[in-house]
Amino acid sequence: MPVLWLILIVLALAVAGFIAGRARAISGAGDDRRALHSLPNYYGWNVAMKAMVPAFLALVIWLIAQPFIVNTKATSLLPETAIPEGSTLGLVMSDVRRVADGLDLAVEQGLLGASEAADLTVTGSDIRATLGSAGVAVGSEISPEILAAAQSYRSSNATGNLLRSLVVIGLALVGGALALAQTKPDFRARNAVERGIRAILVGAASLAILTTIGIVLSLVFNTIEFFRIYPASEFFGSFTWSPSFGGGSQLGIWPLLWGTLYISLIALLVSVPIGLFAAVYLSEYAGPKFRSVAKPALELLAGIPTIVYGLFALLTVGPLLLSVFGRDGLGWMQAGTAVMTAGLVMGIMLIPFVSSLSDDIINAVPQSLRDGSYGLGATKSETIKQVILPAALPGIVGAILLAASRAIGETMIVVLGAGAAARLSLNPFDAMTTVTAKIVSQLTGDADFASPEALVAFALGMTLFVMTLGLNVFALYIVRKYREQYD
Amino acid sequence: MYDSPLRKTEVDTNESKISARDVQVYYGDTHAIKDVNVEILDKTVTAFIGPSGCGKSTFLRTLNRMNDTIDICRVEGLIELDGEDIYDKRVDPVQLRAKVGMVFQKPNPFPKSIYDNVAYGPKIHGLAKNKAELDEIVEKALRRGAIWDEVKDRLDAPGTGLSGGQQQRLCIARAVATEPEVLLMDEPCSALDPIATSQVEELIDELRANYSVVIVTHSMQQAARVSQKTAFFHLGNLVEYGDTSQIFTNPVDPRTESYITGRIG
Amino acid sequence: MTDATYTGGKEPAKHGLLTVDARTKKRNASEKRFRLYGLAAIGAGVFFLVVLLSAIISNGIGAFQQTFIEVPVYLEEAKLDKTGNRDPAEMAKVSTFGYSPLIQNSLWKVVVDSGAETPLEDGGDVKQMISASAAAKVRDWVLANPDRVGETVDFQILASSRVDGYLKGRVSRESIAQDKNIDAEHLDLVDVLREQGVVHKSFNWEFITGADASESRAEQAGLGVSMLGSLFMMITVLLLALPIGVAASIYLEEFAPTNRFTDFIEVNISNLAAVPSIVFGILGLAAFIQFAHLPQSAPIVGGLTLTLMTLPTIVISTRAALKAVPPSIRDAALGVGASKMQATFHHVLPLAMPGILTGTIIGLAQALGETAPLLLIGMVGYIATNYPEGVFSGFLSPNSAMPAQIYEWAKRADPAYYERAWGGIIILLLFLLAMNLIAIVLRRKFERRW
Repeated sequence: MPVLWLILIVLALAVAGFIAGRARAISGAGDDRRALHSLPNYYGWNVAMKAMVPAFLALVIWLIAQPFIVNTKATSLLPETAIPEGSTLGLVMSDVRRVADGLDLAVEQGLLGASEAADLTVTGSDIRATLGSAGVAVGSEISPEILAAAQSYRSSNATGNLLRSLVVIGLALVGGALALAQTKPDFRARNAVERGIRAILVGAASLAILTTIGIVLSLVFNTIEFFRIYPASEFFGSFTWSPSFGGGSQLGIWPLLWGTLYISLIALLVSVPIGLFAAVYLSEYAGPKFRSVAKPALELLAGIPTIVYGLFALLTVGPLLLSVFGRDGLGWMQAGTAVMTAGLVMGIMLIPFVSSLSDDIINAVPQSLRDGSYGLGATKSETIKQVILPAALPGIVGAILLAASRAIGETMIVVLGAGAAARLSLNPFDAMTTVTAKIVSQLTGDADFASPEALVAFALGMTLFVMTLGLNVFALYIVRKYREQYD
Repeated sequence: MYDSPLRKTEVDTNESKISARDVQVYYGDTHAIKDVNVEILDKTVTAFIGPSGCGKSTFLRTLNRMNDTIDICRVEGLIELDGEDIYDKRVDPVQLRAKVGMVFQKPNPFPKSIYDNVAYGPKIHGLAKNKAELDEIVEKALRRGAIWDEVKDRLDAPGTGLSGGQQQRLCIARAVATEPEVLLMDEPCSALDPIATSQVEELIDELRANYSVVIVTHSMQQAARVSQKTAFFHLGNLVEYGDTSQIFTNPVDPRTESYITGRIG
Repeated sequence: MTDATYTGGKEPAKHGLLTVDARTKKRNASEKRFRLYGLAAIGAGVFFLVVLLSAIISNGIGAFQQTFIEVPVYLEEAKLDKTGNRDPAEMAKVSTFGYSPLIQNSLWKVVVDSGAETPLEDGGDVKQMISASAAAKVRDWVLANPDRVGETVDFQILASSRVDGYLKGRVSRESIAQDKNIDAEHLDLVDVLREQGVVHKSFNWEFITGADASESRAEQAGLGVSMLGSLFMMITVLLLALPIGVAASIYLEEFAPTNRFTDFIEVNISNLAAVPSIVFGILGLAAFIQFAHLPQSAPIVGGLTLTLMTLPTIVISTRAALKAVPPSIRDAALGVGASKMQATFHHVLPLAMPGILTGTIIGLAQALGETAPLLLIGMVGYIATNYPEGVFSGFLSPNSAMPAQIYEWAKRADPAYYERAWGGIIILLLFLLAMNLIAIVLRRKFERRW
């Protein structure tokens, strides 16, 4: 039974439970609603909830668990010899799955009878052709082991699906019946429903933790996989990045880290002075009218998607820089994509980020400090330079760190604007590449997911995650400490 | 009913330091100060008293143009310091504030060292030629602020680490360090405990030897203790101005009497 | 510095107030300089904004205009419907290859009629002037109107991207010296035909509603299909992120006890808000495609990934909106005997709704423009040429999304695609502008000061 049907059946049971529960509560109270502990609807909800929630929970767990169990079972059927030289268990298993899917399709399209598919043997028929006509292309000839595994895969899947339907519908029925039995006028239905809602709320809030766990797991597992086939000492020790999909890649992270940091540095050199001065002007000098125009104008820059900045770097800033520093000008630049191009554009993107954070932080400096300084006869700029900025310094440092973390994690601008060559160079007009750009290029190529050239992206992602997380935690800590100081 | 005035420092002059004539202050459309005329004497402590919102703090802030930092505030009339109109176009408020220092309600030391707090004013006004001179100025100001003995061993410690009373005396020392001629104090003791308050009050009386001091206070006892002249403000008007002893014992205006006997306020 | 200066008072002031001394003058000058730096910084920011916007508009506006050639095409019966039955099923056997010569010959006739002198000799020589998509278009029309075979019908034939570029000033005789796709003779013809009004530019609906095209047919490419991809993604985000985000915020703001678990959730949310978007792409790839085996390039995967990315934003703004509802409202509801849950859902939540919606729209706008995670879950490289067949396939069948389509165009070699990319940005920014305006209007209209 397809999952969709299962869901609909459970929902229907829940609706029926709602109606039954409500009716039972009212009749139990002798049609006098005042005799009920809770409003009638709560009794209905109570039944619906108890029919639905355990069933759906079981369904979700089943959906996650079944593939594992079926996989393990099918894998155990494959002898060592079934794995050809140069291949892996994962590759063979994907063949198994493909054959199994193909058989399913063939049965569906009537090319094979159901029992025929289960009893198929390699010698008996041309499976490859059958599958091909069902629209599933199988690369190599199918060995008997693979076919056996595929058939086991199919049969345990079928049993699993049947059991799943029985368990889920059974749970819904049992849950609903139990709840219906509870439904008496003095039953505290509202409290029961509210406990249920509260559980849902907690679940929603926990999604944040789940997401973090998901990120960590997806990075960690694949990174471990990567280090199993590529030595970590090479990854962290080599100064060369030259992936070649034929094998023999050198995947040293340093050129990428250097490119990332160099571009981020230029971005900060552009955005920090401009953003900081803009924030100072907006919070200390500008009148309300000027502020109400200039602040949103700057913040417009923050609302523009990064793909736009990427395009701006690639098609406008790059050629512009090339015309000045390129072969026709100073001769420092080979192509439009360069560290300078990406850094400049990223700097523009970060201006509003720095300025609005610093603006908040400068505004948090108490007015009494300004008064104290003005009262001594200080000018505005003296007050800003010698009182406000030193007082706001920790907060501003925090803001700059947050901006740095943004710059390090930025992807589109570097993918389009920085170039693709990984190199360790000091010339800001050279093309370089970054961690994020390489994550994109390693995972969007045609590389096999199991190859080190693709898996390296996860190790890069891990590095990126750790770096930005560290910066963020540290920056948020500084900013919080700063705010507490003036609360 | 009232404490007797401190009167430890006996200095008396009748020289006018600041004279205000027909001063009006507006906040946007609100007429906050109406027709105030007052002569503030040199080497005298003048107290501004009155109920909350009566305009005494506002008027105090017009005396060193602190109101300039508020956009919607407008001042009319004539305020002269030593015969010079302080609202004249040619006057730079920065220069004015060096001569008319200010101490605020809440102690507001800068988040810097004690030394740097006091040295800040002299530095921006260029009062010291070298480090030795600056050290001397700082020490003198701290002595004058009656806090030197407590902080001389920890001049590098942050000013924010001092106790409330010490912080306020540090702020007074900071104001004194720029050699002002007038010292404005906006409820300087309202955030302090009684012991710190009495220390600051004693200090105010000592300061009278060198400066004209104007103090805004909520406490009539404090006004009676520290001031020689008292001005009573009510609803933006200067109701009565005279010798403190006269205001507190024999007020002319019935409103003044109501206030000091506790019927309005 | 003598003691005398300290005793002050009696001795006359060193200088009057009315003259500004040298030091103050210097200080004021530095004050003015500092102020100028601030103003310059804002000026720089605004300057960049103006440059960016004018680059977008000046480069992208051309994408909304396309060059067409008005050609009366003779629909020759002998070629298109040999049996003469006018049966579309039979006529469908004639492929686009059967139509191309007809169109080319008709165009050649137009050229001859124009009286232009040209070394070109026949219809085959002018085929570079028209889009490769022209034959398919004419064929579709004929199959829809089989009765018109044998007549001469006026068609607005899409010009090739080189001719289009020539009219828009992107292509010149110098730039095509090495170009195999068009020759200077063609451009001479275009000049003549343009004067006669045969070649003309008009508004390009196809760009807004159309599908992406292959690398060599820039003139045909449109953003319509990927807009639908974005739409289905945004529906997914809205349907998931809004309820989950609101539920999470209600829990954290109204019910959560202060304990380690709550702290841990809060730390997680604030950190997730700052995790680079590309990392969410990795999560989407690993969790939804590798692990859950959802189809690659499907809008639902993009939607799920963007949901996880947008949730922290929505939670943060929803909590702010809930916080803004004063406790007195809760007390009032609890005071008449409502349970805490009822107080929250009946009173607090409705009052916070405008704030929540504003935050959600801004979160959606962010998600709409996000590109990096989409790269990893395969929404680029896929050429979105087909409209989804229904709602179900809208979510599940491979598609692109607006920003991914723009990225795809930016990477193609033909400069004609750059114009498309800029034009796509204009459309994307218009959507973002509209969403932000709605958010602002909502906030203005329902803003409450307690």
